[in-house]
Amino acid sequence: MSWLQRLTPPGVQRMFEKRDTPENLWVKCPVSGEMVFNKDLEAGYHVTPAGHHMRIGPELRFKYLFDSSWTTTEIPEVAKDPLKFKDDKPYTSRLAAARKKTNREDAMAIAHGAIKGIDTTVIVQDFSFMGGSLGMGAGEAFIKACDVALEKRTPLVAFTAAGGARMQEGALSLMQMPRTTLGIQLLKDAGLPYIVVLCDPTTGGVTASYAMLGDVHLAEPGALIGFAGPRVIEQTIREKLPEGFQRSEYLLEKGMVDKVVHRKDLPETLGNLMRVMMKRPAPGTNAPAKAEPAEG
Amino acid sequence: MSDPTRTYLDFERPIAELDSKIEELEAILARNGEDAPDAAEEIAKLRQKSADQLVALYSKLDAWRKTMVARHPERPHLKDYISTLVSEFEELSGDRRFGEDHAIVGGTGRIGGRPVVIMGHEKGNDTQSRLKHNFGMARPEGYRKAIRLMDLAERFDLPVVTLVDTAGAYPGLGAEERGQAEAIARSTERCLTLGTPLVSVITGEGGSGGAVALASANQVLMLEHSIYSVISPEGCASILWRDGARARDAAMAMKITAQDLIGLKIIDTIIPEPVGGAHRDRTGTMKKVGEAIETALSSMDGMDAEELKKRRRERFLTIGRSLLEG
Repeated sequence: MSWLQRLTPPGVQRMFEKRDTPENLWVKCPVSGEMVFNKDLEAGYHVTPAGHHMRIGPELRFKYLFDSSWTTTEIPEVAKDPLKFKDDKPYTSRLAAARKKTNREDAMAIAHGAIKGIDTTVIVQDFSFMGGSLGMGAGEAFIKACDVALEKRTPLVAFTAAGGARMQEGALSLMQMPRTTLGIQLLKDAGLPYIVVLCDPTTGGVTASYAMLGDVHLAEPGALIGFAGPRVIEQTIREKLPEGFQRSEYLLEKGMVDKVVHRKDLPETLGNLMRVMMKRPAPGTNAPAKAEPAEG
Repeated sequence: MSDPTRTYLDFERPIAELDSKIEELEAILARNGEDAPDAAEEIAKLRQKSADQLVALYSKLDAWRKTMVARHPERPHLKDYISTLVSEFEELSGDRRFGEDHAIVGGTGRIGGRPVVIMGHEKGNDTQSRLKHNFGMARPEGYRKAIRLMDLAERFDLPVVTLVDTAGAYPGLGAEERGQAEAIARSTERCLTLGTPLVSVITGEGGSGGAVALASANQVLMLEHSIYSVISPEGCASILWRDGARARDAAMAMKITAQDLIGLKIIDTIIPEPVGGAHRDRTGTMKKVGEAIETALSSMDGMDAEELKKRRRERFLTIGRSLLEG
């Protein structure tokens, strides 16, 4: 609260509070500066006319991805603040605020549905929940998604977006790197595809674990993807980083990503990949695929 | 015992002062012993005082002081451990893809007569060697070499021992360009799929993903005053408070000490250090580490690849879950 707000009587304050109605009508494109009508944005996958892929949460992601309906799986409960962590605020109140803001328990959402007719398990990391940070909640949710995929014998598609590990859970967060890797191992042992879609931004311990262990790595255009954040690198090497460094297109060129895919084309690309990996018939053919799907 | 070459940590100042006083008196005694009849007695008294203070200080080191001890320049490093504990050591170099990274050193040898693959971070101990080893901060080539050495261990059914001592993986332009994140992820994955015993010892700093990449082991041991954390205290402070100087607060909040981590089941064993830290008795410390490694390896004798992988999986999956039940 600013000093001015503190000095202003509540009644006067209310007069200046943001109103709900006209607020979200227009959104400014961070690339071109152009004002985009929110309805157009929603109809256009939250990609601005300049091609900038806005960050989106799990619900929009599911809507843009699945053929029709989907079912969600609750993420597992985890121990609450075992370190009793406190910076300026206790970790528990940061968690409570994030939960209230996003209406979810932690930075992950799991859903199951059809993508171009292929039964798929999807996990989406929500950057708006404490920067998508990987702690026990997100780690346990990731393992749960692997279990769901295994149980339903579907591929797993993971949309990653996080600054990295959640500091407030200390080494318990760090342990999510090997723990999520073990989840992926289950899928690999069972011959089920694990596809990563790298979204803006994916850095730190998330990139250095499940985000880089996919059978296939797709990336949304312009996403920041790296281990160390650009600021840390600039401080280390004491020079400005080149334009486009650590962006999806750069990773494609450096061989770390298979394909950069526009959000609207993701269902098709994922469908094509999964149909072949799962040896399912090509669309429009009624004949069964030549080989049986892989058995675990 | 006073040692003029010793690097005293900030919080050890009272001991440094006592030790320098002892030194002065010793010099006086050596020059004109008969004219200073009380000097010998005084020296004995001061020595006792210094020793008592050291015990008192080190019995209640907080997380930030432990960080200082863990980073002490005279703390035994990987190469010291290898020359003390490993016989028939042959260093193996290179990732067979791009280059050789001296921040991770490894090879084949024997510990207590048992053939092993051993590797770990090396920080260096003077300006030249620190630069050569990049202060123990590995690039992708280091992790890819680690993967190569684990492949080799599996092929010849050799246990793997890793010694972890790194501030973290190197945050540089070239490292990013060559896939630092992928290299770390693959190295962690390789640890978890290894069909032979894997024992890790956090000997100094266990810094973030750069440490986990070598420490996703069957058993994780930790020296008494080592630290293991998701981010450096300085890094955490600069993110949370935008003030790296609050590193002490961050160190305390993150629970990074061996004593904290054993309760969380993140590590399995604490290896005790001599009073005043590993650097005050390097050989003694290294021998204790060697014994602990041998005990850990013996406990896995006779286990087949499936059993080892299963136990490793269960070890990591239990972490955190046990806190919910408790």
